[in-house]
Amino acid sequence: MNTTTEPGAPASAPPVIDKAQYGLAAFLVIAGGYVVYDAGTLDKAFADQPVQPYTLPFIIGGGLVLLGIMLAVATARGNRPEAEEGEDIDLTHGTDARTVSLLALVLVANVALIEWLGWAITGAFLFAGAATVLGSRNWVRNIAVGVVLSVASWYGFYVGLGVPIPAGILDGVL
Amino acid sequence: MDLLLDGFATALTPENLLFATIGVLLGTAVGVLPGIGPAMTLALLLPVTYSVGADSAIIMFAGIYYGGMYGGSTTSILLNTPGESSSVITAIEGNKMAKAGRAAQALATAAIGSFVAGTIATVLLWIVTPQVADIVVTLGSPSYFALMVLALFAVTAVLGSSRLRGFIALFLGLAVGLVGTSTGQARLTFGEPLLADGIDIVVVAVALFAIGEALWVAAHMRRKPLEIIPVGQPWMSKEDWKRSWKPWLRGTAFGFPFGALPAGGAELPTFLSYATEKKLTKHPEEFGHGAIEGVAGPEAANNASAAGTLVPLLALGLPTTATAAIMLVALQGYGFQTGPTLMDDHPDLVWALLASLFVANTLLLIINLPMAPIWAKLLRIPRPYLYAGILFFASLGAYSVNFQAFDLALLLVLGVLGFFMRRFGIPVLPLIIGVILGPALEEQLTTALKISEGDVSTLWSEPVAVVVYAVMALLLVAMAVTGVRKPAAEEPSLSDTPGNNDDKELVER
Repeated sequence: MNTTTEPGAPASAPPVIDKAQYGLAAFLVIAGGYVVYDAGTLDKAFADQPVQPYTLPFIIGGGLVLLGIMLAVATARGNRPEAEEGEDIDLTHGTDARTVSLLALVLVANVALIEWLGWAITGAFLFAGAATVLGSRNWVRNIAVGVVLSVASWYGFYVGLGVPIPAGILDGVL
Repeated sequence: MDLLLDGFATALTPENLLFATIGVLLGTAVGVLPGIGPAMTLALLLPVTYSVGADSAIIMFAGIYYGGMYGGSTTSILLNTPGESSSVITAIEGNKMAKAGRAAQALATAAIGSFVAGTIATVLLWIVTPQVADIVVTLGSPSYFALMVLALFAVTAVLGSSRLRGFIALFLGLAVGLVGTSTGQARLTFGEPLLADGIDIVVVAVALFAIGEALWVAAHMRRKPLEIIPVGQPWMSKEDWKRSWKPWLRGTAFGFPFGALPAGGAELPTFLSYATEKKLTKHPEEFGHGAIEGVAGPEAANNASAAGTLVPLLALGLPTTATAAIMLVALQGYGFQTGPTLMDDHPDLVWALLASLFVANTLLLIINLPMAPIWAKLLRIPRPYLYAGILFFASLGAYSVNFQAFDLALLLVLGVLGFFMRRFGIPVLPLIIGVILGPALEEQLTTALKISEGDVSTLWSEPVAVVVYAVMALLLVAMAVTGVRKPAAEEPSLSDTPGNNDDKELVER
């Protein structure tokens, strides 16, 4: 509803092509293709199933492939996405790939370690790691806040909600 | 009526009042955080409600719901940063008012307007929902099927700026909804037994809203300090009251019917309300510079339409907004079969919810008007801690469902999807609705064809279904007509005006 357009927007310049969008189009085609392939591996339905198990997957997969092709065509014609705005978002700079990958790494570490170390430890690491990656340089405080949050949430779930989160390596300590 | 009183009796026990208060506080606290809209608030706090009994959970949930809505409008007014598309309009005039030193009045008219609209809309819900439900139970599967297709179609094609991207989101959601063994055979499970039950919608929602948002913000963190307008106690002068009460009522009148349609949405009624107030106002010169009518009307419309979306949700099991989608998941999580039979099977539950909404709405006003300055302080949480905290609680919520690292991995994968959806401007709502309605659609189709013994013409054998398909055809024609003169994608502009720092504080982030 905010319809003020950029005053300096070039009116007649040749369309700027967002090449990354071809990647998304390819992803859609591949994903759709896989849905169709997966549907092809299904057996015929039981006698009481009027709708074949592969009917919807064929439609949905086919739709994804079609949308991928349409997106590629639209991209070539200069259709560009409106990346999402937000109060903490500054789209005037490019993507900060380093921060994103580090943050993703923190999340991956949490997934990999949680069953061994338990939430109380990985949760603290998750918070401290994410805060540090996002630019909070006071790492002592980051860890302190993380530990308080994770231990408190562990006990909060255990005592307050009666839900025992697996303690992992700290089993018996907490 | 007895049912309603029973509902109130449930909602008003001291224990449940406590849960309602906790819900309102939690919902507002989370909802006021920048970058978190009402739907994300609900998704993040949903696991908390699972741990208490069903009726306490429902009233707590109602509190979170209204708290999240109110928190969202506070953020839009103070930061010009709508958390959801439905509060975009509130942000336009509300933020201008705040910048002109009238933040307290903007917050007050939003809060009281939400209360008025919420109260009227809740009463309308009491009247309308049972009647709609009575009609709905007479419908057969073909009509449900048609209504679901309409909801999917409307959410995807009518809302949002790019239809192509809307349909991309929808089909991705439908594909996610295929995962599992609901047909007796494993579909898209990649041989992973943990995927046999499908992908938990809470994981999908939390991943797309919370993880996707955090990753997206990490990629584009605003490095410059943010302006936050300090707020005192919200209050309104007699003049403000006089200028607000009519917009509140008109906004409610716009909001509820639009919300109640199975193709609802809050954008349209808030926009209509804004346009109407702009036309009717005696102070046209103030519009664009912080007119109180421009906050009062749209905010009431927003709240009334949010309540209106409960009509299709409770009577049909049909969610039309992200918030309603999470709510549907919540009801299913409490062990209730949603859909046309919900009102008959669990009248106690539905009425407890409807009464809870009323109680929560009232509590919200009592609690939040005095506490507005405190909530405003939450806007100053340093951004690294805010987003680290969002990741922390999102992971905790996803993990606490089954205690499986696998769910966290799924959360991350879908979070990365959420990141790229933001990058490519693909809306989240159609995906969520697709995940929920895809399997339901297949089920209704199966039921319909079972009864007709495979005769496809049964799909248009009911009058309601025929009408729904006609409406869709009309929408398609309308789209084709407007599509011809559809302008190129507009650049959304946030009117951050730096250099206007007299009455604002700079917050280090």
